[in-house]
Amino acid sequence: MVGPLEDAVLDGNAIGGLLIELFGTEMTAAVGTCGVCGTSGHVAEMAVYRPKLGTVVRCRVCDNVLMVFVEVRGVTCVDLHGLAQLA
Amino acid sequence: MEGTAVRGRLTWQTATVSAVMDETPTVRTLSFEVPDWAGHRAGQHLDIRLTADDGYRAERSYSIASAPGEPVAITVERLDDGEVSPYLTQDVQPGDEIELRGPIGGYFVWDPPADMGPLLLLAGGSGVVPLRAMLRHRARIGSSVPVRLLYSVRRLPDVIYHSELTAEPDGVQVSYTLTRQQPPGWTGYARRVDQAMITELAWPEGQMPLAYVCGPTNFVEAVAADLVALGYPPQRVKTERFGATGTP
Repeated sequence: MVGPLEDAVLDGNAIGGLLIELFGTEMTAAVGTCGVCGTSGHVAEMAVYRPKLGTVVRCRVCDNVLMVFVEVRGVTCVDLHGLAQLA
Repeated sequence: MEGTAVRGRLTWQTATVSAVMDETPTVRTLSFEVPDWAGHRAGQHLDIRLTADDGYRAERSYSIASAPGEPVAITVERLDDGEVSPYLTQDVQPGDEIELRGPIGGYFVWDPPADMGPLLLLAGGSGVVPLRAMLRHRARIGSSVPVRLLYSVRRLPDVIYHSELTAEPDGVQVSYTLTRQQPPGWTGYARRVDQAMITELAWPEGQMPLAYVCGPTNFVEAVAADLVALGYPPQRVKTERFGATGTP
């Protein structure tokens, strides 16, 4: 099972559905590179926090914010600023 | 980098509950008839969405408990302070309709024969659910891949799929550790999963094993670190954390 608690650290598996919605394709097996420390890893392995406001994805090594997703009136704002690469 | 949001094809649909089965006093398996199901892989999950009368929505992800080709099923553990799980484990009846979307996930999946090597499955509590889908898949396709499952729970009555796991099909070895309470005469493990236990049970790294670890975040972190310390390449250790409370 994935993801019942708001304050728990999850991983990228938990946002597979959200990512398909946003990117139009399966993304948990994609590889992302941290823009700060350069660590590369599967999206499934990234640290995911889901407070009520939205979703924050952080680097497991340096804690840098890699991705932020916030839904406002039915529109999801996507910030991928912390990623050097996502493929 | 910048990204543009594109609408995907993952759409919410209305499924009908076809069966409910109690696994333990707090865990229930729900089977669904899903009108438009693309077919799933072992290890994937689906999202469920409940909408209250006032429009408030709660969404949760649940691992798929059934093998590819079987009717879609999930196994849900009741969290007493949960928004969704009490409804799914206590109120839902066959014939009820539920909104869901899936299948989801391309990382924590087992796709034989492409995914080669003996399987090491490590479950904490209800983290056993996607691993059970893998075991059922293995049986259905007649795979002879050897499997070891280490399943950590607090007490014996917390074991999900107990009768199914007790059957231990050929080539599958199931070990339990009961971390809180053991029945009289218990000869299995009685502590949290640790390096010594993993060293005893894990396939030697030279056999190119493939490990799947699923459970609460702290369980997964500890077990994955132990496996890597044992020489397992990180890319052969697939993890899924569900962030629940406590120690399984």
